[in-house]
Amino acid sequence: MSADPKALYQEVILDHNRKPRNYGELEHPSHHAEGLNPLCGDHIHVALELKDDTVERIAFHGESCAICKASASMMTAAVKGKRAQDARTLIHEFVDMATGRVAAQDSPHIGRLAVFSNISTLPMRVKCAILPWHTLQAAFNAEPSTSTEADADPMHTPMGDA
Amino acid sequence: MSQLLAPNPKPTQAASAAAANTARPSAAFDVERIRRDFPILGLSVAGKPLVYLDNAASSQMPQAVIDRLVRYQTREHANIHRAVHYLSETATAAYEAARETLQRFINAAEAREVIFTSGTTDSINLVAQSWGRQNIKAGDEIILSVLEHHSNIVPWQMLAQEKGATIRVVPMNDAGELQLDAYQALFNERTRLVSVGHVSNALGSINPVKEMIDFAHARGAPVLVDGAQAAPHLAVDVQALGCDFYAFSGHKLCGPTGIGILYGRAALLEAMPPYKGGGDMIHTVTFEKTTYAPIPNKFEAGTPPIAAAIGLAAAVDYLSSIGMAAIAAHEHALLQDASEQLAALAGVRILGTARHKAAVLSFALQGIHPHDVGTLLNSEGVAVRTGHHCAQPLMARLGVAATSRASFAFYNTHADVDALVAGIRAVQKVFA
Repeated sequence: MSADPKALYQEVILDHNRKPRNYGELEHPSHHAEGLNPLCGDHIHVALELKDDTVERIAFHGESCAICKASASMMTAAVKGKRAQDARTLIHEFVDMATGRVAAQDSPHIGRLAVFSNISTLPMRVKCAILPWHTLQAAFNAEPSTSTEADADPMHTPMGDA
Repeated sequence: MSQLLAPNPKPTQAASAAAANTARPSAAFDVERIRRDFPILGLSVAGKPLVYLDNAASSQMPQAVIDRLVRYQTREHANIHRAVHYLSETATAAYEAARETLQRFINAAEAREVIFTSGTTDSINLVAQSWGRQNIKAGDEIILSVLEHHSNIVPWQMLAQEKGATIRVVPMNDAGELQLDAYQALFNERTRLVSVGHVSNALGSINPVKEMIDFAHARGAPVLVDGAQAAPHLAVDVQALGCDFYAFSGHKLCGPTGIGILYGRAALLEAMPPYKGGGDMIHTVTFEKTTYAPIPNKFEAGTPPIAAAIGLAAAVDYLSSIGMAAIAAHEHALLQDASEQLAALAGVRILGTARHKAAVLSFALQGIHPHDVGTLLNSEGVAVRTGHHCAQPLMARLGVAATSRASFAFYNTHADVDALVAGIRAVQKVFA
């Protein structure tokens, strides 16, 4: 909590907020979910097409803060072209890092997403960062909607098998 | 407006002096001296002096209230209304004296019309579950407004669902003012109750409750006023308003959390069934039949938050010593200053421009989400609330998911306003 919150708003996050990658709707997705944070009103949709167990196409859209939007943008860029199992591994790594359970340097696949490692010092904003990932997991699991306040709230319950 | 700013019915000497000075409030109003009464205002956040502008969510506690709580716990505590020993009698006397302090604060006719609850939410639920279940039937209509906090929506929805009743909603104009003609048009022979906020927590609009009450009474409908945002900022006179119920919370009024009041006209309260069953609310109990205690005890089952009630009374005494008129005048000057400065900034939109407003300023920064605003303002030491303010229907009416909200108390200064403005500029710079 002592970290300067401004450190979070690095250029890479601001850039993804300004120019989100893979932003928009996807026609005929094979998987789709919407994610809602009822406490703050962040509301995003993630849609993707799995082909041969690979994320062929992915897009997101919705109404959210910069942290959520940048996280979603970088998430879509990171999982596009990945095999579903690798994407699920990344979901775990990201959530574990954002909630402060695992350090970024101990997260082998995290790469540029390490810019979100500071978020764990801002407990009220952790949910903003992980909402897209939570929503992606719901899409993989064919759950139509998810909420940061649901039973499976990763803030309170470590994620099970994604 | 005039009845809202009337001096307290039984003002203290200081309050009279302050009220007499409303023409030039800043002359008699020594905000620096007042700030020294609040230890928490000396804190630093993120290495900067705390600028606390989230008073509509919860206000801070002056040393006088902290001291009163300490004195109660160290020298006066026992359970009330029971034992005959010294401490129980002392605690009972302090608790009942607190009720009388609250009675005077809102100019209720009798102390027994003041029920201690856990807060505004509890007060409204009490009326919904007790008066509502007794009086609302299938097909009946309850009038609320689009400005309501969820705590003045959900209890009525639960009741309406149970009874098959309908909620009707008073609309507002784009400035955030309730539309009186539309309000009047909502009435019909099925209208049973009006429940409306005195001051909007999200926009600060001061609603024309006196006119709304008069109109409802002429059609036989009682009125509950949610005063959570009004009681800390305006002199409230329930008899001048003529409301049937009035609810507010202690912690928005420099008092402790977990305490609030429900004012109800004695005749209504007496006719209502108990809300919760338990000790302290009974007259006699056998397994065949229980008879209930008279009001207010009928509605205060179990051991109440005794210390919190006494602390709330100390907070009310503290506010009265400054004077609600002086408080309102100072806060209004802060609101005006902040409104003018924010209006002059590019990329800032003020939400809620009602002619009559309490010191709440909701705003939106173009292209920047309120949560980012809140996090970045915090890094400047400025505490504001961001989100939907528990008023999602209002957010939908405004066409936004959330706003940033600065809400002022009498211990805020024009330097706090300047810090907010500088903070907003810093936020805009990050996103430029």
